[in-house]
Amino acid sequence: MAKYNLTVNGKKYTVDADPDTPLLWVIRDYVGLKGTKFGCGMALCGACTVHLDGQPIRSCSTPVSTVKATNKITTIEGISNNTDHAVQKAWIEAQVPQCGYCQSGQIMSAVALLKTNPNPSDSDIDEAMSGNICRCGTYPRIRKAIHHAAELMKDSGNSTGK
Amino acid sequence: MRTSTELNRRNFLKASGLSGAAFILGLSARASESSEQAIENLSLLEDSFELTPFVIIKKSGKITIMNSKPEIGQGTWQAIPMIIAEELELGLDQYEIKQTSGDKKFGGQTAGGSSSVRTSYATLRKTGAAAREMLVQAAAQTWSVPVDECYAERANVFHKASGKKLAYSALVETASKLEVPKEPKLKDSKDFKLIGKQTQRQDIPLKVKGQATFGMDVEVPNMVYASVERCSVFGGKIQQIDDSQTLKVKGVLQVVRAERVLGKNRYEVVAVIASNYWAALKGRKALKVTWDYQGNDQFSSKQFEQQLRDLSKNEGVVDHNQGDFDKNYAEAPVKLEVFYETPMVSHSPMEPMNCIASWSGDKVEVWASSQGPDLLRNRVADAFAIPADNIKVNIFFNGGGFGRRLYQDFATESVSIAKAVGKPVKVIWTREDDTTQGPFRPMTFSALKGALTADGKALAFEHKVISPSINATQNKNYDKTKSDNTMTEGISEQQYEIPHIKNYYVHAETHIPMAAWRAVTSTTLSFAHECFIDEMAYKANKDPFDFRLDMLQKDTDTKRVMLKLKEVSQWSKPLPKGWARGVAQWEFFAGLAAQVVEVSKKPSGGVKIEKVYAVIDLGTVVNPDTVKAQVEGAVTMAIGAATKDAITFEKGQVQQSNFHDNRMVRIEEMPIVEVHILAEGGPKIKGVGEPGLPPFAPALANAIFAATGKRIRRMPFDLDKV
Repeated sequence: MAKYNLTVNGKKYTVDADPDTPLLWVIRDYVGLKGTKFGCGMALCGACTVHLDGQPIRSCSTPVSTVKATNKITTIEGISNNTDHAVQKAWIEAQVPQCGYCQSGQIMSAVALLKTNPNPSDSDIDEAMSGNICRCGTYPRIRKAIHHAAELMKDSGNSTGK
Repeated sequence: MRTSTELNRRNFLKASGLSGAAFILGLSARASESSEQAIENLSLLEDSFELTPFVIIKKSGKITIMNSKPEIGQGTWQAIPMIIAEELELGLDQYEIKQTSGDKKFGGQTAGGSSSVRTSYATLRKTGAAAREMLVQAAAQTWSVPVDECYAERANVFHKASGKKLAYSALVETASKLEVPKEPKLKDSKDFKLIGKQTQRQDIPLKVKGQATFGMDVEVPNMVYASVERCSVFGGKIQQIDDSQTLKVKGVLQVVRAERVLGKNRYEVVAVIASNYWAALKGRKALKVTWDYQGNDQFSSKQFEQQLRDLSKNEGVVDHNQGDFDKNYAEAPVKLEVFYETPMVSHSPMEPMNCIASWSGDKVEVWASSQGPDLLRNRVADAFAIPADNIKVNIFFNGGGFGRRLYQDFATESVSIAKAVGKPVKVIWTREDDTTQGPFRPMTFSALKGALTADGKALAFEHKVISPSINATQNKNYDKTKSDNTMTEGISEQQYEIPHIKNYYVHAETHIPMAAWRAVTSTTLSFAHECFIDEMAYKANKDPFDFRLDMLQKDTDTKRVMLKLKEVSQWSKPLPKGWARGVAQWEFFAGLAAQVVEVSKKPSGGVKIEKVYAVIDLGTVVNPDTVKAQVEGAVTMAIGAATKDAITFEKGQVQQSNFHDNRMVRIEEMPIVEVHILAEGGPKIKGVGEPGLPPFAPALANAIFAATGKRIRRMPFDLDKV
């Protein structure tokens, strides 16, 4: 076991974990934020997607020892305070989630996409979202919601759409 | 002592269809419940009153409506309470929703068979209407005015003439002392404010901020974690356990033997217990278990498939027989005889199986994502021969179900481990466990015969199903001498007016556990059945849509659905060059839907699915947007089952393990899905969650035939290679 300093959603945490413990389980069971989900453990489904310094990563395959205290980790709980991020608003508007289990990961991938590409085409969306599996089949609505979020962000003139 | 009011309430429940349920009023009748339940209910019911078990109104103003059907993505979290809220004159923002825990007073609580809304709609409306009438009567009494001068709206009762109003919270105590009306007046559907309208689901805001609690997210005090080693060959027995390396892993606490009870099967397992999940998993990787495979390591899919083909020569058990198939087939001028094959598939909900259980004294408690709290309770009671009343169940949002969470093996296993450990244990399955350990959707093979008249009309039709049986692999008392309705699902329910029909079932024995999978056996039988109808159409030189309509002369739901589909899909209009379309429909216990699939030939070879037109027949619809979402989802799942990976066996072991070799549909593979709902109101109400699945695979294969001339008779098939 070793001590690790982490910055999650702007808050600092010290956790005592095995070096090879995936960041996913540290976020869920040590930090206590359950919005990030376990789906496959092999970076195949995207349910565990979080941002590391703004980049989407698969936390199930990222050992905690590779994360520095200076890295900023953002989880689904950290993208807005009042569920008012453009992507969240668009997700509600399009009634995207069904079971909802994969949706934290879907939203984190969508937020990262819109940060770098504020006006994505359908094929841009396919490329950015291809790593996130949804077994309920919410894909048509995800596509629609990302286009809508892009519009909301344009209207508000910032990258969160607030 | 029971008061007469209580007895009347019992009568009400019987009248409203919840027979056998105990109706409990206020705090007085809590003694019959277990102590844990009593504590929970006391906190819930402080200064509060139940007008029915489903509606709890606190004097402080808080209103709770119970959801009796677990939310697995299908929208019951909204739909079930909303049906009550409609009659009770509540807005969607005016009440909280709480999941029931298997308590008998709520009736059946299992979400399966697309049954949640269609089987409880009438009862729930009556429940809400009765509560509304009691509140209105309480207000009329309070004001000493006639009841018909009062009305309810948004949690208040108003007096029309004076404009006086009282909140439900102020009326509930008086209302709770009134007799429950036996036949409350239901609202006219034209006055509905919620049912049939485009409304937003209350679980969605939780799900976009990571705040919806799934079974996977639950923690209980003093809980330890477990990762479980199960035999890679079904039915293997433990010979030897070497846990010397496991116990050296930091965080590992102990290794215990336990069992996973799945229907009639009791599988031996070894659980590694640790203070955190990662340690449990590492400890499990270091574990060495020697298994006696009981000979089941000889099982292979290739061999089993050959066995099914050989079995097709057997007569089997007759499922349906009308007219005289044998004579008419023998004498017919035009005949076809073909064979269709489909595979086993996994459910693979995104939330892998998991469960927390505790066993303390004679009390068991379970926290889980499950499709049925009542099922879970009964399965655990049966598995360990303990009274169901000693088992408390807590149900959370399910991260997908698709039938997998109808089977409570994840719970029996956790309970077994908790019993051995003496502490609450959280078992988390890996994706590999979830993929390899079943139960699976069974494959079905179909031997089909068809005959046409000289002028190309369908004369005789035979569908023989050869397959393992879900029931046989789950239930001890399976009767092989009878036809198996689950395995012949739908094949004798199609509305085509063919004079001579004979359908059979041939049972194939296996030790592999099988399960209902979303839309069950219809997902494989529709493929064989509706592709074969297409083959008959081409053989008759008829348009496949018109060939079907020719066989639908009577005014049936199927006919109306097909006519609607022909119109919305613009079947008669030409498509762009290189495109083609196929059609299929399917009626079965859950409901009825039909689809047209359009495909285009790719320049690189193979085909692309361009567009799906779906018509679903419902009668009454509760939330049209949820219906559309369910059909979109059903199509997605059907694409996967038709064109992705099957579950296959070699040396008794499943060959797939995770999403790299058991691939799921991804966003770039998703066609446009256009959903049309036939909902003319009235008493008819059909299922939503499943009917969107069965028509897809045959409509796709029929489209591929139209595009390429190649008839596909085996699933899955690779779209790049057809």
